Parts: sequence; structure tokens; C-alpha cells
Amino acid sequence: MSKFTFLKSDRSNIQLVLITGTFLITISILDVFLNSFFRLNLISFLPSKVSFLTPFIIGMIGLNLIRIEYSGNKFLDILNKNINTSNFNAALTLIIIFVIFKAIPPSLSWMILDANISGDTKEACTGTGACWTYIKVWFRRFMYGMYPNEQHWRINTAFLLVIGLGTFGLFATEKMKKFLALYYVVIYPIIAFLIIYYLISGGYFGLEWIETGAWGGLSLTFIVSFFCLIFCFPLGMILALGRRSNLPAVRYISIGYIEFWRGVPLITVLFMSSVMFPMFLPEDFFMDKLVRVIIAITLFEGAYCAEVIRGGLQSLPRGQYDAAKSLGMGYWKMHIFVILPQALKLVIPGICNTFLALVKDTPLIFVVGLAELAGMLALAKTNPKWLGFAMEGYIFAAIIFWIICYAMSKYSYNLEEKYKTDR
Amino acid sequence: MSEAIIKIQNMNKWFGDFQVLKDINLEVEKNKKIVVCGPSGSGKSTLIRCINRLEEHQKGSIVVDGTELSENTKNIEQIRAEVGMVFQQFNLFPHLSILDNCTLAPIWVRKMPKKQAQELAMQQLEKVQISDQAQKFPGQLSGGQQQRCAIARALCMEPKIMLFDEPTSALDPEMIKEVLDAMVNLAKGGMTMIVVTHEMGFAKEVADEVIFMDEGMIVEKAETKEFFANPKSERTKLFLSQIL
Repeated sequence: MSKFTFLKSDRSNIQLVLITGTFLITISILDVFLNSFFRLNLISFLPSKVSFLTPFIIGMIGLNLIRIEYSGNKFLDILNKNINTSNFNAALTLIIIFVIFKAIPPSLSWMILDANISGDTKEACTGTGACWTYIKVWFRRFMYGMYPNEQHWRINTAFLLVIGLGTFGLFATEKMKKFLALYYVVIYPIIAFLIIYYLISGGYFGLEWIETGAWGGLSLTFIVSFFCLIFCFPLGMILALGRRSNLPAVRYISIGYIEFWRGVPLITVLFMSSVMFPMFLPEDFFMDKLVRVIIAITLFEGAYCAEVIRGGLQSLPRGQYDAAKSLGMGYWKMHIFVILPQALKLVIPGICNTFLALVKDTPLIFVVGLAELAGMLALAKTNPKWLGFAMEGYIFAAIIFWIICYAMSKYSYNLEEKYKTDR
Repeated sequence: MSEAIIKIQNMNKWFGDFQVLKDINLEVEKNKKIVVCGPSGSGKSTLIRCINRLEEHQKGSIVVDGTELSENTKNIEQIRAEVGMVFQQFNLFPHLSILDNCTLAPIWVRKMPKKQAQELAMQQLEKVQISDQAQKFPGQLSGGQQQRCAIARALCMEPKIMLFDEPTSALDPEMIKEVLDAMVNLAKGGMTMIVVTHEMGFAKEVADEVIFMDEGMIVEKAETKEFFANPKSERTKLFLSQIL
């Protein structure tokens, strides 16, 4: 009987239970830790099958022991509440800890400890780990594609200029704030286009002409995403309003447009833009492939944006429309000052979602022969001198895409916070 | 007798097959205060929403300030600018501060300079006693404060007529008084008002005429004293006996 009470944890025997429990948990975690980091096995005297499960069992007993409700110990309460509410949760906790411990050493040694970064040929990679030399050698290609090395400053300058102009809104004075929307929707895209066209494409002011086929890498990802984003948003807005319009012609055109573009896969749209579309154009009319691709993606994503924005418009109570109308506002004034500001605020998460999808869809332009980051990787991994490094390349691309997308979603959170006025 | 600023003749309205308003005839003279009461679903709100054409009527005519409301009315915005409206659910713009709520329409509809609009807004907010809340957002205010702000917002357009659609129905009992006080002050200032409400005390205090509606029809229309002292129709008597 006394043994039974010993196992039943409550506040009276807290001291004993806590010490025993902590000891058991420590043993269990330490065993797995040493096992995976230093290849030591504390309990190797046991048969292998038992020794495999021992840390888990010991840990479970330990966690079971320290599970005391209202123990009076603040730290223990927080711990129990978060990771140790039941046997099932305790098991999950242990398994997660074990998996992390087991996974860290191999990935660490592959990515850093056994990896190579020196030298500039494949032969420099002697270790068993990753060959970062490959990334280093190809870095400029991954960033700038086939763009001539000595001209890279043009891309950098153009990007800096475009980013600089984009931050214009932060410095706008109270008087200029009125025109900010106009600036971002109309003026900024045009200026950005001109900068990129004249600076990166060249052919004027003594700059060498570089055809868009040579553009590539991350910079192309940025160019495509950037223009698609800023063009598809206003397009989506107009379509969303159009779909809710009282005028039948406008409404049915919008519905038709949205349903058409949502119904076709992006990859077909891209093929159409590069293969079919030129056939319908007059012979002397030329439109660059990159421009066609950007237009295609914009039209495609505009339909998705439209539906997201329409969701926001529909979630506004009818009273907002009534109030705006009763103050004598017409359709446009009502939408610009009352409806859209609220609706767009509501759809920030949805729009961010669409934009992230757009950025991650850009690698598809590879099918029409434009090699942005993922496209350059696909080219590089088939280079006969550098066979067998696909893994490094894709991890590199994954990290870059993750950084871009995380930054975007972080920014969207900030926007949400900034425009939160309801409380 | 002054001229009628609102003239409604044989007005009918349907929602689909359901007839909400049947043969409404109503004339409102300048500076008069009309209270409309009746059970829910009797068409009171629909009636006053027709007056600034938030709802469209299908038959008959409505003339507001000399302009007939019809499908061809191109200048419906101008008429709405002359007819202020206060809603049951306040309907303040939650993304704008109280002051901006009040200045938005004067600036963009009346083309008033910003400074002048702000001064006007502060005056109106002063009248309803919430000028100290001007920089806050609607979400930070109590229901009563929000409704007073909504009144101020409508007044900033300097309308000729004010419509109230059950302005106190969504409020806590404690806050009803502060809103009614603001409305009484407005009435004393000589505004033409049509008020849909169940506040009979308010009706007795300020109304020139009371209209009782049921099932889409005007059942009884009488001067206030007469209405409460000698209701003619049985339906009105029943209603009054339940509400008073």
C-alpha cells in the first residue's frame, strides 16, 4: 500500500516526486542526447531491443510523476499545462524532443561540419557533406542568370532605384498623402517599368542592349513577381467591384473573366502567351516574351485577387453602404472612402496568401524558356562539370524562397496591426 | 401654413411578392416633427428609407424638397445630401476617427475646405457633447456616444430634413436618455424631423404629429395630444395599451 501511495503524486509528497521525476526525465533525455551526438550508449548493458525503448519509458514515468495539478510551483504548473497534460501529450513531447536530437547531428554535419566551400572546382569538394562551392561558383548565375557579369551593376542600380521610389510613401507629407494611392497604383508602376526597361534592357544612353532571354536568376524572379503583384491588385479590385455592379454588362463581363482565368491552369496560360499568342498578332508587331509572360500571370492572378477582394466587400454590413449613401456619396466616393478601405483591410491575409502563391508560381515561367532562380538551378544541375549537386541547389533555393515569403507574410502582419482600429 | 417639404402620394412598395407599403399618403411641412410608431414589420423603417431612396418604391410618387424621386433621378446624391439619416445600428465608419467620420461627407460631397469642415464638425460634436472624443475611433466609444456621433455626422451636412430609424433601439436603457436629449435639442432648434421610435415619452415631448402604422398602412395620423388622448382606431388603442 505504501508503495502505491508513493506512485500517486500530489502536493504532500511533491519534494520526493519532483526529484525522482526530474531525475528520470534527465536520464532519458541525456541518453538520447549522448547517443545521437557522441554515439555513447549509457544503457548498452541492456539487450538492444530494450535499450531502444528504455529512454522513452523512463521519460514517460518521469513525466507521469511530475504531473501534479496546482502544485504551487509556478514553473512546474506552466510546464504541465503546456507539454504534460496527459500521457498522450507527454508521449508527444518526448517523441518530438527525441526526433529533434536525432535529426540535428546528421543535418548539422552535412550542412556545416563536413561541408566544403573553398576552391572553385568540383574537385575541391572532398568531404562527405554538402558542396557549397557549387553555390559559390554559380552564385552570380543564380542571381543574375545569363546577364553579362560586367553589367550586373545595372540590375543592382535599377533595383535600388525601384526600392527607393517604393519607400516614397514613408516620407510623404500630410498634403501629399492624398495622392499616395494614385502614386502607388498608377505612377509608381510606370516609373518602375521605365527604370527597368531602360537600365536593365539597355540599348539607350550608350548602354549595351541585353535581350530578355539573357535575364534570369533571382533578379528575374523579383522582376516578374514585382510587376505581377502591382498590376494584378488594381485589376482584381476593378473586377471585384465589377462583379458586384448593378449594370448587367459589367457584371457578366467580370464574372466571365474571373471564371475563365480561374478555370485554366497557369502553365497553359504561359504556353499560350509564348506560343499561341504571337500567331494572332500582325507580323510587324513584336512584343517581348518576358512582357507577354508578365501580362499572362497578371491576368491570371488578377482573377484570384478579385475573388479575395470580393469576399471582403461582401463581409461589410449593409449599413455601411446605407450610411455612405445617406450622406450623399455617389458610387465612387462611397467605394473609395468608405467601402474599399474597410474591405481591403479585411482581406490583407487573403491577399498575402495570393501574393505568396504568385511568387512561388514564378518558377513555372521556365516552361517558356525564362530561367529565374529555380530555372537556373535546373540548368546548373545538368551542367556536365557540376553533376550531382541538385540537393545543395534546391536547399539554397528553398532558403531564398522561404526568406522572401516569410518577409512578405511578416509585412502583411504588420499592415494588419497598423490598420487595426476596431479596438 | 408653410409648404410641404415631403409629399408622398399613393406610394406602394413590394419586396418580391410581399407588399410592404400600401397606398401611403403623407405630407410633411417644414420644421414639423413627425413620430412614426407601430409594431415591428409594419413598414415604418421602409417608409423612411424610401424618403432618401435607400429603398425604391414601385408605385406612386415621393417628392422631396421639390424633386420627385424616380428611377431617372440623376441627382439622387444631391437629395440625399439634404436628407440626413440616423440608423438603428449607428453605422459609423469604423476605420475613421470620430472627427473624420463627421468631416468626410462635407469635404467630399459639399466640397468644403478641410479646416472649415473640421470647425463645423467640432461645433456639431459640441452640441451632442462628445467633442472631447473627437480623436477616438468608433470602436472605443459606448453605444450612446456612437449614436450621438452619428447624429452629429448627419448634421454636418446641414440637411433640411432629418430621418431617424429607431435611433435608441440598439442601446442600453441608460444610454437612451443621452441620445434622446440630443434629439430633443435638435427638435427645439427647428429641424424638420421624421422619427421612427417606440419612445412615447419623446413623442409626447416634441412631436407635432404621430403616425401609427400597421401592416404597411398608415392606420392613424393625428396631432400628438389627440393621438394619445383619443386614439380613433381600435388597433391604435390596443398598441398604446401595450406600450404605455
